Amino acid sequence: MPGKLKAKIVAGRHLPVMDRASDLTDAFVEVKFGNTTFKTDVYPKSLNPQWNSEWFKFEVDDEDLQDEPLQITVLDHDTYSANDAIGKVYIDIDPLLCSEAATVISGWLPIYDTIHGIRGEINVLVKVDLFNDLNRFRQSSCGVKFFCTTSIPRCYRAVMVHGFVEELVVNEDPEYQWIDRIRTPRASNEARQRLIFLMSGELQRKIGLKVLEMGGNAVVGYLQCFDLEGESGLVVRAIGTACTLEKISTFPATATHPNNSSPSKDMKDSPQAAPSTLGCRSTHSSPVHSASSRLSQGFSVSVPTLLFAGMKPRHRSSEVPRARQCRPGFGEEAPGVPLSSGPPTPLRAQTFSSFSPSKSYSRQSSSSDTELSLTPKTVGIFLCPSTPALESESSPLPSAHLPCHLRPGMASRSTTPPPLHISQSDTAMLRKSVSFSEELLLAVSGMGSGGSAGKEAGPLKALLRQQTQSALEQREYPFFTLTAFPPGFLLHVGGVVSARSVKLLDRIHNPALGNTRSYKLLDWNSFTADEPETRDAWWEEIRQEIKSHAKALGCHAVVGYSESTSICEEVCILSASGTAAVLSSRFMQDGPLDTEHRLSRQPLCVFSTGSERVEGDMGSSASLGFEEVVSPGCGFCHIPYDELNIPFPAQLTYCYCCRRYKVPDVLFTTIDLPTEANVTGKGCLIQARLCRTKKKAQGEGNATAISSLLPFLEYELHTQLMNKLKLRGMNALFGLRIQISVGETMLLGLASATGVYLTALPSPGGIQIAGKTPSDITYEQHISTMQKKINDTIDKNKELYEINPPEVVEEIIGSPIPEPRQRSRLFRSHSESSDEVSELDLSHGKKDAFVLEIDDTDAVEDIHALLTDSPTPAGFYSCNTEIMPGIQNWTSAIQMFTSVRVFRLNANLTNQGLNKIFSDLCENLLKSLYFKLRSMVPCCLCHLNFTVAIPEDELIQVAVTAVAMSFDKEQPLENGKQSGEKTLIKAITENDEQLQFNLELNAETSSHNPLSSPKGLSEVGSHLSARDRCSSWIEQLKLKAHTIRRGSVKTTSSLEKASPLPEGRSRSLRSNRSYSGSSVAVVKMTPLSFIPGAKIIKYLGIINMFFIRETSSLREEGGVSGFLHTFIAEVFAMVRAHVAALGGNAVVSYSMKECVFMENPNKNQAQCLINVSGDAVIFVRESELESTSVQTQSATTHTSNGGEGT
Amino acid sequence: MSVELDVFVGNTTIMDKEVYQLWLNGYTVNDAVKVRIEGGVMEECEASAEVLLSDTMDQYRTFQMCERLLHHPAKLANQLLFQIPPDRQAMLIERYALACQFNSLDFVIIQFQTFICISLFRYYAFDDLFVREVLGKKLSKGTKKDLDDVSIKTGITLKSCRRQFDNFKRVFKVVEELKGPLVENIRQHFLLPDQLARDYAAIVFFANHRFETGKKKLQYLTFQDFAFCAGQLINNWTVGAVDNMMEDMDVDLDKEFLQDLKDLKILITDKDLLDQHKNLVCTALRGKTNVFNEMEANFKNLSRGLVNIAAKLINAKDVRDFFIDLVEKFIEPCRSDKLTSIDVNLYLTHYTNSAHILDTFKHHAVWTRYMGVIKSCILRMYHD
Repeated sequence: MPGKLKAKIVAGRHLPVMDRASDLTDAFVEVKFGNTTFKTDVYPKSLNPQWNSEWFKFEVDDEDLQDEPLQITVLDHDTYSANDAIGKVYIDIDPLLCSEAATVISGWLPIYDTIHGIRGEINVLVKVDLFNDLNRFRQSSCGVKFFCTTSIPRCYRAVMVHGFVEELVVNEDPEYQWIDRIRTPRASNEARQRLIFLMSGELQRKIGLKVLEMGGNAVVGYLQCFDLEGESGLVVRAIGTACTLEKISTFPATATHPNNSSPSKDMKDSPQAAPSTLGCRSTHSSPVHSASSRLSQGFSVSVPTLLFAGMKPRHRSSEVPRARQCRPGFGEEAPGVPLSSGPPTPLRAQTFSSFSPSKSYSRQSSSSDTELSLTPKTVGIFLCPSTPALESESSPLPSAHLPCHLRPGMASRSTTPPPLHISQSDTAMLRKSVSFSEELLLAVSGMGSGGSAGKEAGPLKALLRQQTQSALEQREYPFFTLTAFPPGFLLHVGGVVSARSVKLLDRIHNPALGNTRSYKLLDWNSFTADEPETRDAWWEEIRQEIKSHAKALGCHAVVGYSESTSICEEVCILSASGTAAVLSSRFMQDGPLDTEHRLSRQPLCVFSTGSERVEGDMGSSASLGFEEVVSPGCGFCHIPYDELNIPFPAQLTYCYCCRRYKVPDVLFTTIDLPTEANVTGKGCLIQARLCRTKKKAQGEGNATAISSLLPFLEYELHTQLMNKLKLRGMNALFGLRIQISVGETMLLGLASATGVYLTALPSPGGIQIAGKTPSDITYEQHISTMQKKINDTIDKNKELYEINPPEVVEEIIGSPIPEPRQRSRLFRSHSESSDEVSELDLSHGKKDAFVLEIDDTDAVEDIHALLTDSPTPAGFYSCNTEIMPGIQNWTSAIQMFTSVRVFRLNANLTNQGLNKIFSDLCENLLKSLYFKLRSMVPCCLCHLNFTVAIPEDELIQVAVTAVAMSFDKEQPLENGKQSGEKTLIKAITENDEQLQFNLELNAETSSHNPLSSPKGLSEVGSHLSARDRCSSWIEQLKLKAHTIRRGSVKTTSSLEKASPLPEGRSRSLRSNRSYSGSSVAVVKMTPLSFIPGAKIIKYLGIINMFFIRETSSLREEGGVSGFLHTFIAEVFAMVRAHVAALGGNAVVSYSMKECVFMENPNKNQAQCLINVSGDAVIFVRESELESTSVQTQSATTHTSNGGEGT
Repeated sequence: MSVELDVFVGNTTIMDKEVYQLWLNGYTVNDAVKVRIEGGVMEECEASAEVLLSDTMDQYRTFQMCERLLHHPAKLANQLLFQIPPDRQAMLIERYALACQFNSLDFVIIQFQTFICISLFRYYAFDDLFVREVLGKKLSKGTKKDLDDVSIKTGITLKSCRRQFDNFKRVFKVVEELKGPLVENIRQHFLLPDQLARDYAAIVFFANHRFETGKKKLQYLTFQDFAFCAGQLINNWTVGAVDNMMEDMDVDLDKEFLQDLKDLKILITDKDLLDQHKNLVCTALRGKTNVFNEMEANFKNLSRGLVNIAAKLINAKDVRDFFIDLVEKFIEPCRSDKLTSIDVNLYLTHYTNSAHILDTFKHHAVWTRYMGVIKSCILRMYHD
């Protein structure tokens, strides 16, 4: 019973008038936790009551503390009749359970009522006294930190990444029928809200338990979803990545750094990496370690975890020369490393013999009939950039590939390694089943360097690789919900893997007694609780499928993994997708250092005293200079799979950066663009939109119909994506998210991704239109005009996105070009001889270009879609990843927004008509956004997250959440230029350029009010422990030395250099100046994991809120738009208020998970349900940080220690 | 095929000033879109009419949501529903503070809510033309029904008329019951800048006493003339004017004072006193003006007029006719005698002062309080 929860009700304000006679209210408050309720006195006749209550104390289990929210109900006292409820406040006390998060909840929180919305505010104080529970068998998991952020949170370092955690809880939905019959269901809606709060608390606790079992202390990339299954209940499920995080000092630790060779090694690459979005971050292009050196290290690995601790820097330094030695051999050998993980299909054998398009089906591989029997239909589709259908180079007729998609039953579920294995070289072939010696196992741990094995180490390497894979594979799911990684963690990216499954939701009349998963919730509905095992099994299937897909791609892990569902009546589509990847356990070991390192250099996290360190880095990079020819930004593009065993007919070429390894011609991923990636030009949002009609059907028939439609849908989405990608002259997609929504009479597909031109990948060919009847002259003319239009568009887009593949650079860097080739007319033949070069006549018959057959109705449609996509207006960029490559100098102006549109369709539309409408809907929505945000130009809409739904027959709902961030126009040009150069000189000139800013900054900051010292700092400072102080005394010393030097131009300039947005900073400072001293509680919200121009100094806990709003006077509230507008604004207000109460000033990684809107205009009623989540943080403006550190030297020193936390 | 629902909500509230003004002016969404298209915003931003319509509707919705808050501006200071972009705030604070002489208000509040304050300011702004029409009328449903006539007469949209009327009514309702100085109350409860608060005080005051302002003879007077007079009355003739500590309202005239005014009748009923007064005034005026003869001839008439107004003010009905009486009994005679405002000033000064010299006249305090206001009102009203 180790917890005491204390709550105090201070006051209320702006309460509604509850007594018409007096126009006043007699308010009192009920505070409820678990089964205990306290009441305040009635404060008579006031709209601004001052209760100032005593401390209400609840003595409870920490288990309950995690599960239950604190419920505060404000009521109007009525002597004669029942007391009227004014509204409620749910307070999630989870942030208080973690010592590193918030310590108190204090502030004005909106009082919310499902019918009336926000009705005034209440001021409360909540604290928790937690006793330590060392009981091994405890059911609670207090202290496990949760983050929505899908990267290692900014002020932490990952000591260890344990892997995938998942859990789900199921319960009866108290009000599932509201969809049809909107009752006056305030009570049931409140019950729902309460239930979901409870369920998510329970879910979080259980996930936490799993994390503790794994030995972790945090969940990163926590993704919680609700499935409103209607009759069969309510499923709350969550996935995440378990990690062991360690708080890093706000002043990056420098003590260990100088003698650590790894970061300095990184540094030498940094000038090259300059063009990457986050500025100077860079890393190894590929692992430098040879296997043998690894073996000498004392590693130990426990199978379920990837350990990356314990390696001593000195080892690494000794490895460096060795690694270089190995390098030359890479090119030929590495890609040839055989993979153990080919799908075990007979077709596989064929794949090896020749590369004809038909081979690609091997991926679609085995079907298990058992699976089919489990569910009405299971469709597994394996998507990767070079899906056969999309690869027209190899297969000119896309339609030819359709058959392969017509095998819904073909989902591969094999987890066993393929029986067949053909090795190309003399490398050893190993199976997973091989029992390995302990020595080898040790080696495995350090391995993970994927296909980068040296020539001489070839066989061993292969073996090691095998072993690493095994180690990872032995874990249930080697999945990571992260989308951004510590540099070097991600070695190779295979492509997108996804799986879908159509299920029939069936109510299971099976009293779930003894079902531990929902035992807590049985009070709600003791008679039925759906067995979560069913749902578990469903997801398990899907995950197995994903896992086998990843294996087919030669990858042992899946990153950027996510799961989703779409439910219509009793049919449910489960979808999962991720990016197959090869991860480095070695880099996981390096991870913490690198993360920290990156943090220190990241413009957004730049901290004043980090400068010395950066200087050091620069120095080392100078010394190491150009020893490494291999560009660091291309390593992840290198194929992880066997060149001759390609699971699909991809066109492989040698990497355009390093010229050593093979890369695919196109790369699709679900992750964010790695910071170190070399990108040419800017990126843009690319969307494929599709609508398909479907016959109305019931039950199994319906499921079957959907299953058979799905492959076509996916295929077409990919064709569209590929077309649009080529039209923009780009060659890679990041952040790919494909949503399939199911309605009664149609299926909706929306694929969004950010297209970029990866320097390492070949330039995409053009799009070639081919007619079926070339004899017809008018027809040919028609075709040629279209062709011209397309070519013009491509040229225009290249200009717009500044895609000028660096031919010159190529010559400079690519000294050992393996084979001569012409960039733009690359002939990528499917006969594997990569030496074959041929000059092609561009006018006809080129295999290089993407060919669209005009007589194909689909193609006509595609072309149409291509040409109707309107370009973004001047000054705007858009992407669905965290940030836009090529834009660096963000200002502090950000605007997060949510926009929702519902469109009513006419009945009896054809597929084409539907497509056009849907496409126009998305386009118009984007146009509206650009118009709305015109005052922010130049700006970029980041993290554009579209969610489509079919709330009703003939209705399409599109919801968008994104953030608009403005940037400085002048700088990018300059920066772009600079980024082109990969010399150290550049960095130096940059220094000089920024001197003025520093001077200016200093002048300004000196006049800055010291009182503006952020609240967070002092708060963090209070966490100081003596131990910390001792442990980081070196930093302190350095810091002091540093602060003394601070005034000098030199130090600040080096600091500035680390920030790519000096202009933005100084500007933000200027605009800040006038109000920085005020107590204005502005809470910023952003779907990104960072805030430009600011440093996150503390994470206060996860925000996960669920609201239902209903009305029976829809017209009076301004119709559906007015109703939803108010509701969303209220949700924002409540999120902001809760964050402010936790002491935070921003929400990062904000997302709106659910926005279910239902209306019944005839009855003048509507309902909406919204689920939002994010991480509450305290951030400090860099400018403020500086001024604080300048003026209050010692205080900052202390703070820095505090920042390190406990 | 139609867009059923279309919303955009930002974490910080985006308000387009131009659209806001159109909304305040009572334009329909479609009219506003037309105006915007003519304004050329489409070319500027590569937008289509559709986009413009969507944006305008969205803005209108935002304003409607704001409107609820604008009705209770005191809540604005700590409302949570709208977050105002801080950079914009910073930019606007100084300008606004300067423009509105917002000195008395807590600066923090201003800083918090400048943007909304400006919205507020604009929301509560009114057309002089419109207010002239309803000034002194009862702020009742009946009057509201007649607003369409006002709308037609003034050319202001009915919507805008209604908003302005509702503003008057709202302010009236809140202030009516409050103690303390009227202007200050309005300023605090509606966060309005000083001048606007004074105007509202005048409107409330006029509505409360139902002063007649619509007669043809009064048409030449502007709202600002009346507002000035109202200010004079509020500052001198209400209870609050003499005693700030009083528990009474500023809205009502001081009953005791009105009662005392009856005593002034002696100035015209007592023949001796009247003559004496006339002599004193004439002595003082002689040689100082070209229209002395007219003044002398008219003295008794004018004096009777003014004193009679005073004596009648105890009746609420006669209070209503205060301004018409002033015009009929004093201003018109003076004007027909071609008195300049300098002449009037001179006359009234001596008329007031001479009364104090009269032996048997005891009501000096009341006389000063009365004539002070009368004089400044007449002087203000004495124009074409």
